[in-house]
Amino acid sequence: MSDYNFAYLDEQTKRMIRRAILKALAIPGYQVPFASREMPMPYGWGTGGVQVSAACLTPGDTLKVIDQGADDTTNAVSIRKFFEKTAQVATTEETARASLIQTRHRIPEEPLTEDQILVYQVPIPEPLRFLEPSEVETRKMHALEEYGLMHVKLYEDISQHGAIATAYAYPVKVEGRYVMDPSPIPKFDNPKLSMAAIQLFGAGREQRIYALPPYTRVVSLDFEDHPFEASKADHDCDLCGADDSYLDEVITDDAGGRMFVCSDTDYCRARRAAGHIGAQGAPYEEATA
Amino acid sequence: MYVAVKGGERAIDNAHAWLAEERRGDTGVANLSVAQIREQLSLAVNRVMAEGSLYDPDLAALAIKQARGDLIEAIFLIRAYRTTLPRFGASHPVNTAAMRCDRRISATFKDAPGGQVLGPTFDYTHRLLDFKLAAEGETPQAPTATPAPGPTPHIMGYLDREGLIQQEPGSDETPPDLTREPMQLPADRALRLQALTRGDEGFILSLAYSTQRGYARNHAFVGELRIGAVAVEMDIPELGFAIELGEITLTECETVNQFTGSKTEPPQFTRGYGLVFGQTERKAIAMALVDRALRWRELGEEDQGAPAQDEEFVLMHADNIQATGFLEHIKLPHYVDFQSELELVRKLRREAEGAAHREAAE
Repeated sequence: MSDYNFAYLDEQTKRMIRRAILKALAIPGYQVPFASREMPMPYGWGTGGVQVSAACLTPGDTLKVIDQGADDTTNAVSIRKFFEKTAQVATTEETARASLIQTRHRIPEEPLTEDQILVYQVPIPEPLRFLEPSEVETRKMHALEEYGLMHVKLYEDISQHGAIATAYAYPVKVEGRYVMDPSPIPKFDNPKLSMAAIQLFGAGREQRIYALPPYTRVVSLDFEDHPFEASKADHDCDLCGADDSYLDEVITDDAGGRMFVCSDTDYCRARRAAGHIGAQGAPYEEATA
Repeated sequence: MYVAVKGGERAIDNAHAWLAEERRGDTGVANLSVAQIREQLSLAVNRVMAEGSLYDPDLAALAIKQARGDLIEAIFLIRAYRTTLPRFGASHPVNTAAMRCDRRISATFKDAPGGQVLGPTFDYTHRLLDFKLAAEGETPQAPTATPAPGPTPHIMGYLDREGLIQQEPGSDETPPDLTREPMQLPADRALRLQALTRGDEGFILSLAYSTQRGYARNHAFVGELRIGAVAVEMDIPELGFAIELGEITLTECETVNQFTGSKTEPPQFTRGYGLVFGQTERKAIAMALVDRALRWRELGEEDQGAPAQDEEFVLMHADNIQATGFLEHIKLPHYVDFQSELELVRKLRREAEGAAHREAAE
């Protein structure tokens, strides 16, 4: 791959993306248009995240890539391999050891630090898109801080279902100004959005970058009498016993058998390595990791 | 005992190996060469160049081979490759009036200077399967003639001289570049035409068809359709003058559309414009119709709410690489989000059932 520049993109393109990132950090929650490039993986596979990561990576970085919280899902493997090839950076599965983490659909359970960057892959950056299909209109609504439509939608949910019927990509308000789509993370992860690390959101197909600087105030939209609730499956992890992590439900047979396991595979592994055992777990062995 | 699914990396490598084997097919059948694709599947090559926005028949043929004939996949390969190419500069605008035409027809005039030149067209073939091709018979030589000397004038020029067709404002301004700047709406015509020329042929075709059937109907005559080679020239700063880099084949379509006129303007015709890499006339005609439909605002026409009139709808959905990526990404794992919905639906059902029980007890 020596024919390609470090991290695939040429320096001019990376500079253009870095400018967009800086603007995004200066206006938290605002969607900055950028001239997204065609990448060697399809739109929808994380081209926005890949471009943001490519613009942030330096040769000294350690990269972690997760999809659905797991390092070993096929697309996480594929993106990690892409940067191993094109940037020759060190990679890790350990959250704490990574300087840059690219993620799809999850925030790691372990709190991130000021030395880390979390890059999200974003399919539809516009939180108002499914209420108003036109980009021209939604940009106007953001400019005018006209978010009544969103509150009406949430209110209608409550009147129809008795609760806000949004389980993921739950909208947030950033520093009291922009309503933002946190990407399709489960709402369980929303409280983590106020964190020490830099958070960058890349939407390749939609040509938008937005950001949350460290310690930004991020509030999930709700009503006083229907406060936001970060929910997860009402179980402990069957492998490591964690009661505080987001769980995947795994079907184990065709007779309704199921088990619940941590979606964050590194978190689960570390807990098992530390001696925690869940209801169906076996003692941790290094070789099986 | 559940074991987390591992080995994604090996599965991917094996899938790629199998794919390569499937691509090759039966090894008892001769391997297809890139040159064969370039020469014998040239209309596929043209589509890949047009929608890939890169004029290189050899690379397009290679992409078609690698993509197993899936043209959208081939276009994607070309687009991804295009990302890595440095931009040295910009050519002069090509002059289609100086085109060496292989084909040049007008539906609006029986004859015109330069003549009607059918060229290599399917138009009047009978669509009967030619079993001789299956027997790999050689094709007899087509008769040749000396081309008419000098440039072939644009048909529209004749209408222009009489003031019968609406004038296009000229400008030396550098148009925006769709591949270097994010799409900003509203888009000017230059940007719209860029999006249309690289847009999906099927999508543009269907939109154009919808205008013919009454969704923003504006009857179009093909004023002229021409296909041929034009020279690409570029200024070389070291030389101080422009040199010819080579030739590209283009298809250009100009349509003549009705226009009723207004208080300030006498009745005159209007135009739609299509310009596409390679011999791609279906695309060029469709492009011209959609271009014309999108011009409703500047021409003072009514917004009928038709899809082909909706600039944002057309431009945001014309690109098949964006469309296919987002469409197909839903096969990637989404189980985290699905899990959160599962929990929510279970919770809402519990609450609904609880309420029903309470009501029954009361």
